[in-house]
Amino acid sequence: MIRGRGLAKRFGDRRVFAGIDVDLADDGFLLVTGPNGSGKTTLLRMLAGLSAPTAGELELPARRSIGYLAHDPLVYRELTPLENLNLFGRLYRIPERGEHVGMLLERFGLWDVRHERVSSFSRGMQQRLGLCRVLLHSPPLLLLDEPFNALDDDGATLLDALLREQGRACVVATHEPERVIHLATARLAFA
Amino acid sequence: MSRRLQGAEVPALPAPERGMTYLRDVGALARKDLLLELRAKETLPAMLLFVVAMLTIFHFALPRGSSDAATLGLLWSAIVLTSLLGLTRAFVAEREQGMFDALVLAPCDRSAIWLAKSLSVLAFLVCAEAVALPAFEVFFSGLDARTVAAVALADLGICAVGTLFGAMAVAGRARELLLPLLFLPAAIPIVIGGVGGYLWFLALYDALFAVLAWATFEYVVAEV
Repeated sequence: MIRGRGLAKRFGDRRVFAGIDVDLADDGFLLVTGPNGSGKTTLLRMLAGLSAPTAGELELPARRSIGYLAHDPLVYRELTPLENLNLFGRLYRIPERGEHVGMLLERFGLWDVRHERVSSFSRGMQQRLGLCRVLLHSPPLLLLDEPFNALDDDGATLLDALLREQGRACVVATHEPERVIHLATARLAFA
Repeated sequence: MSRRLQGAEVPALPAPERGMTYLRDVGALARKDLLLELRAKETLPAMLLFVVAMLTIFHFALPRGSSDAATLGLLWSAIVLTSLLGLTRAFVAEREQGMFDALVLAPCDRSAIWLAKSLSVLAFLVCAEAVALPAFEVFFSGLDARTVAAVALADLGICAVGTLFGAMAVAGRARELLLPLLFLPAAIPIVIGGVGGYLWFLALYDALFAVLAWATFEYVVAEV
């Protein structure tokens, strides 16, 4: 799914990381850990194709194969969950969009608030909607940056169940490695 | 450094179907921008207030008996600066909510993002001018069909170029400075064409910069 050799990233004079190798099989689970500012988010952005490596070789799947959850849920706050997911469903050419969107909202407990603006949501509800957006096009690769952030127990349980589902590759950057370490097939620890 | 992509970015569709899909993407994105403005009500009221305030100031600042050319120059200044205000706000949601990442990751043609944003900025600018042009007629008079046609043509160029620069500015640190520094020099030919009433010149500017912006937007947002 992903193959990276000697990946490095610099922002001006500042070296974020260098010499990183990444191999991720179609059903692999890569756990990325490290302190703040160590380069976890930069690596995930790179694996999403949003940031080019300064050095190294990187093979990525096509854009439509990637589901990327950033620190922010990446949804429009002035739109409703339904409007957000319909927009991205349109851009990702999801067949039978309405039904699929409805199922996701139901699964993540957002159906009852589907017509309310996201700006009125708690951070945890926004994170749930962010996960809906990520899963909308059923991507075979999930890139999740601190996915447990702000989720309550129910939300975390939903996410646990999602991560346990077979048949897709995952890269998870987290400060809570104990939550997913049992799923990991590889671990990358930034110093 | 190298980066390879596996698989096709966009599934192969027949050309007419691809064109329709592209237009539907543009429609969905433009609708989203208009909906955001309808809810937030930030950009358009500010543009309306700004353009009317500018024309009012010009009305009192300009000596009586000034030539039509002088008053037209002020109209064009007001239009360019009002459009700059709209362009500054154009990518606020994408910048503040990190939405560029989500849009860039979607498998649609990235130029659809530019076209949709240009159309929404155009809609706001036309609304502002729907108030500005009658106000200009009241304050100064001398508005003719040629000037209105020039304004319409100039709007297209302003939105095409300004949206491209707006996206570039989002990536920069000093974005509030970067957009005026990029946009105002690019708007000089528009003012020259507008004041002179050179419609062919404005049409040429529109065509040239629309194609340029459409073709280069993909690279502008590659690492926003």
